[in-house]
Amino acid sequence: MPWSSRRTKRAAPAVISCLALLFAFVLAVSGFADEKRLTIYSGATSYSLTVREKDGTDYVGLVEILQPLGSVSARTDGRAWRLTYNGSDSEFTPGKTRARVQGQAFDLPANFLLENGRGFVPLSSLPSLMQRFLWIPVNFHEASRRLFIGNAGVHFTAQINKTNPPTLVMNFTSPVNPMIATEPGKLRMVFTREPLVPPGSQTLTFDSQAIPSATFQESNGAAEIAVSGPVPLFASFSNDGRTITITPAPQATAHAQAPAATPAVPVPAGRPAPQALPGATPAAVSSAVQYFVVVDPSHGGDERGAALSDQLAEKDVTLAFALRLRQQLQTRGLTTLVLREGDATMSLDQRANMTNAAHPAIYVCLHAASQGSGVRLYTALLPAGAEGRGPFLDWNTAQSGFRAASQTAETSLATELGKRQVAVRSLLAPLRPLNNITAAAVAIEIAPPAGKLADLNSPGYQQLVAESVTAGIEAVRDQLGATR
Amino acid sequence: MIPRHLVIGIAAMLAVALGMSFYAWRMRGRVTQAETPAEYAHPVAAPVQGPTEQVTLYVAYDDPGVLRAQSASIPLPAGRQERAQELLRALLGLYLDKSSSHPLGPGAELRDVYLVDPGLAVIDVNDAFADGHRSGVLVEELTVASLVQTLATGIPGINRVQILVGGRERETLAGHADLSCVYDVAALGQMVAELQ
Repeated sequence: MPWSSRRTKRAAPAVISCLALLFAFVLAVSGFADEKRLTIYSGATSYSLTVREKDGTDYVGLVEILQPLGSVSARTDGRAWRLTYNGSDSEFTPGKTRARVQGQAFDLPANFLLENGRGFVPLSSLPSLMQRFLWIPVNFHEASRRLFIGNAGVHFTAQINKTNPPTLVMNFTSPVNPMIATEPGKLRMVFTREPLVPPGSQTLTFDSQAIPSATFQESNGAAEIAVSGPVPLFASFSNDGRTITITPAPQATAHAQAPAATPAVPVPAGRPAPQALPGATPAAVSSAVQYFVVVDPSHGGDERGAALSDQLAEKDVTLAFALRLRQQLQTRGLTTLVLREGDATMSLDQRANMTNAAHPAIYVCLHAASQGSGVRLYTALLPAGAEGRGPFLDWNTAQSGFRAASQTAETSLATELGKRQVAVRSLLAPLRPLNNITAAAVAIEIAPPAGKLADLNSPGYQQLVAESVTAGIEAVRDQLGATR
Repeated sequence: MIPRHLVIGIAAMLAVALGMSFYAWRMRGRVTQAETPAEYAHPVAAPVQGPTEQVTLYVAYDDPGVLRAQSASIPLPAGRQERAQELLRALLGLYLDKSSSHPLGPGAELRDVYLVDPGLAVIDVNDAFADGHRSGVLVEELTVASLVQTLATGIPGINRVQILVGGRERETLAGHADLSCVYDVAALGQMVAELQ
């Protein structure tokens, strides 16, 4: 087969190149996954560096460590490697442990390493070395590779509120923005940039069945708080990112309480708990509490929304109205989660993620405008998007399966607003995150009554709209509950 | 003693280097003089030639918050892409007028319209268009609906439209209307019907 063998010979280099590339890629990926990190926290900044291993010793680049903290330069001068930090010279010799740092002799625990002009020092030398460079105390958590310079540190307290359902309130001394992951029986918050200081005890226990404990641990340049519970938990931010409130998902609360001898429906404070009907099954109880409302005051933090007047920002009107609406909903016995309770910045994706994780029956997004008058209701105008694949929904058109439920809710809200002589208009809108929500989703844009901007923030007008919205949500309880 | 040919060679190279430096210096001076003042930096559209045609513009009216189909006679070039640009420039001309029913911010203009692949049109507006746009769900929705519907009606065959700002994708127009997506003209038609 001469043709075949010639073709094989021609293809061989290409195949070998592909295999080599694949091998290099696998090596790179596996290396990345196992990458050791060092995180340095100073009062002004936090940064992470890669740790490299040589002859069983961990090393880090000295210039990379000092660069964010001051003016630094380095050069190779014959055998020596000279480093100037904030005008003071230091000298290291490759392959030697003896060095001169800021004019004084210094002994490294392992040999100094010089590669491609970059100087590396042993990781274990960092506490004393950094103290010598910076002249301020340094605290090094060597096992987790976290280095605290000066008084850098964020402390936290955790307290259980025995409300129904119970909530775990964690207060931090500075704003935090952890990566949050939920898994069965656990909510994990990973802090990569915050100098989170370990609490007195690694394990915190709470007097609550829904949230019995939380553990703190640090590893590979990050800190982690894992909150455990027998039911799914979700977290919400407030107080400019200084407070994280962890709550059991409402429907899950019912499941958790189901084995109790007398199943009880969780009700908000201020209402008597309904007596369990004879023969009521836990499933029936569960379906009753699944009617759960998420209220999203749009904008917040750096994102002010529309400037309604010189003093009035949209973000403040939406928050005030959201809190009023929650009060109304809870008075009617409807469990409600408000996505932000303070002036916190939240992305649209975060809002959608938190809502979808909470599995509400209805999501209500609040906006305010100075143009026009009355209330405008919006449901999602879905963009041209991809189809869902198997159990996965396309993010941009995730709402597609819930459009009928959204329109039902919108009609009900419009009816109740109309009954109270509030001018109302129903429209479609290309308004995120409506299209990302996997539940009935309606946006409400409140404009001033009869074009009087000053009345937009008036308690009387907001109360009237809040009552109408609450009545509208309550009226479709059975329909939306059945949809779910 | 330096050889004579080496001296001549070095002298010639020095002369060439000096000559080129002088030439470069002159050129730099000319470029600096020719720089356009910032206020005239935006491109000026070429005057449109061609017969005047009757087109439908979907014009936003803030006061009742509606979109109205309005006929206009504008000169349209033959090319499909150029026609798309002229249609939207005519629409923006209405909004930039002092007595506009839906005023846009100062300096708002259309950068370009691209008819990318069959059915997809990309509208590129400048940064001033979005930065100076009033914020609100309805007011932003009216702008999006007006642009997309005017384009889809005037240029047959367009079924998807994307809006870029300054050549880049942007999350929202002014905090509300989603610009990160590609609009489906058929779905948007329902929204336009509600706005009318």
